[in-house]
Amino acid sequence: MRRPLLASLVAAALTLSACGTADTPTTTTPGASGGALTPIKLQLQWFYQAQFAGYIAAVDQGYYQEQGLDVQLLEGGVDIVPQTALAQGKADYAVAWVPKALASREQGAGITDVGQIFARSGTYQVAWKDSGITKAADLKGKKVGNWGFGNEFELFAGMTKAGLDPGKDVTLVQQQFDMQALLKKEIDAAQAMSYNEYAQLLEATNPATGKLYTPEDFAVIDWKTEGSSMLQDAVWANTEKLSDPAYQQQTVKFLAGTIKGWAYCRDNAEACRDLVVAKGSKLGKSHQLWQMNEVNKLVWPATGGIGTINEADWKQTVDLSLTTKNQTGDTVLTKQPEGLAFTNDYIKQALDLAKTAGVDINGAGFKPQTVTLTAGGA
Amino acid sequence: MRRVLSAVAGLVVLIALWEGYKAVGNPEGTVLFGVRILPRADDLSMPHVWDMLSRLARPELTGGRPVWQVVLGASLFTLGITTVGFAAGAVIGLLLAVAMQRFRIVERGLLPYVILSQTVPLVALAPLIAGWGGTVWPEWMTVAVIAAYLAFFPVAVGMLRGLQSPQTAGVELMRSYAAGWWRTLVKLRLPASLPYLFPALRLAGAAAVVGAVVGEISTGTRGGIGRLIIEYSREATSDPAKVYTAMLGAALLGLVVAALVSLLELPLMRHRRRVSVVTM
Repeated sequence: MRRPLLASLVAAALTLSACGTADTPTTTTPGASGGALTPIKLQLQWFYQAQFAGYIAAVDQGYYQEQGLDVQLLEGGVDIVPQTALAQGKADYAVAWVPKALASREQGAGITDVGQIFARSGTYQVAWKDSGITKAADLKGKKVGNWGFGNEFELFAGMTKAGLDPGKDVTLVQQQFDMQALLKKEIDAAQAMSYNEYAQLLEATNPATGKLYTPEDFAVIDWKTEGSSMLQDAVWANTEKLSDPAYQQQTVKFLAGTIKGWAYCRDNAEACRDLVVAKGSKLGKSHQLWQMNEVNKLVWPATGGIGTINEADWKQTVDLSLTTKNQTGDTVLTKQPEGLAFTNDYIKQALDLAKTAGVDINGAGFKPQTVTLTAGGA
Repeated sequence: MRRVLSAVAGLVVLIALWEGYKAVGNPEGTVLFGVRILPRADDLSMPHVWDMLSRLARPELTGGRPVWQVVLGASLFTLGITTVGFAAGAVIGLLLAVAMQRFRIVERGLLPYVILSQTVPLVALAPLIAGWGGTVWPEWMTVAVIAAYLAFFPVAVGMLRGLQSPQTAGVELMRSYAAGWWRTLVKLRLPASLPYLFPALRLAGAAAVVGAVVGEISTGTRGGIGRLIIEYSREATSDPAKVYTAMLGAALLGLVVAALVSLLELPLMRHRRRVSVVTM
């Protein structure tokens, strides 16, 4: 008597979970220009912030609409993994860091990098100026904060490259997502994104002077100059669906709108800051402008056209993913990515579309601003 | 009146403890053999109570609403989610308990799964439910489901125990009246289960709050206090008092839910006193 009941329970559970994953149909009307807009969901990595300004602007300025797309942006959360949401069909495209997305691919997620929006990495390791830490080799014997969860590999690659054994030569400390540990000198060097945590340091008050900390108080190790940087924010598409001509066409259109959005934010940083703030971000105006400016530096200038995947950078990311070990001895990848991990096919078509429409896709003349942060970023 | 006074006294003691530790505690914290046994007492880790309160009065962002309005609004939003989750969880828990009481086979088959359900980590559950979102299913429903998922458990287990609590003599008396299962349930088992139900409901209320707050953090659902905690904690570096304002909101939410649940008891407890003779 017990067994049939159990079986029916299991069956019920299966039906329930099937509902859970299969109720977001992606209605793609092929070549919908002029007529009804094609609904599209883009999964972001985190809450609305200037890191995603290009997409927000493309929605707000109607650049996606011009392409016949109705794009809905999905905010991330602590347990939302964009590439997984994409692979499960909960989103049509996702923004994700390349190493993490490649790790998900190795575990079976069928996704392809179709546009490398951030050409450069924004990861820093920040120390106090008076600590004398200026390069990776100086971290020897120090307490080094790292975020873990796959966000730490540039740091480990940098230390390995500088001849350190991250397991032995430094004391590794799991770092929270704020910078208090560095400010309290619990750690000697902290991981920070140029566009976020580093700005938070500069928004904090120095108790010694009563004024905000300044860049002169800190020393920054930039993994770009240490040669251990990896590719970050990219637009990922569903690999299987890419064999469908309608989805291909839609991808080109989506990328064309995205390009225009990022070009707009390059030329109108303040306007994009306001768009992000209007989206209800809890981080203040000066923080968002700083973030917009720093993110622009990661995107522009784009020599090959925004979103084009540079083979050398891709190779460096994959090589480091294969060889760098973190403190538990894990690498990001165990083997070379198989199948269609990235393609420039769609971004090229999108760039042509954008160029014909008069968009500056290279931003050769891009000049970053000097942003003054206020207390708390308000 | 006395309850109000003792509540105020409790609050004063709490503040005195916080400020007292700040006054005597080592700002660098106490470390014994490389292990931190007492937290840091500096302003970055433990802001003064008056700093938190004055932070509540100042605007969230330049030109924005004051923090207390934002926190209160977010707490109300989460209170709504908690209420929906609590109600759904309580109803499901009650139905499960009745079914398990009625059919032995259901109890034996289902109870292990009811217990198992609470060992599934929310981290695994949240992304699964998050995908249900759509036009018919508003985003906050995801969070309410998580709250209900945590809330149904104490009700199911506590209520089952309550329904089984009447002594054999009582059950046999009902049988001698030729009362059927339904009558026995309404006249005997339900009244007898009330003392078990209320602690269970209180637990469920607390669980629903935790579920709602954690669910918001997990899925990034905007509008509620959980999301506010994580948004403000990002500013812990430059504005530590702000984080605690959100936590005050969460604490307030917990208190309000506890009070609402105990209000539920009032009418039912009167009822119980009247029928308690039957259960003897």
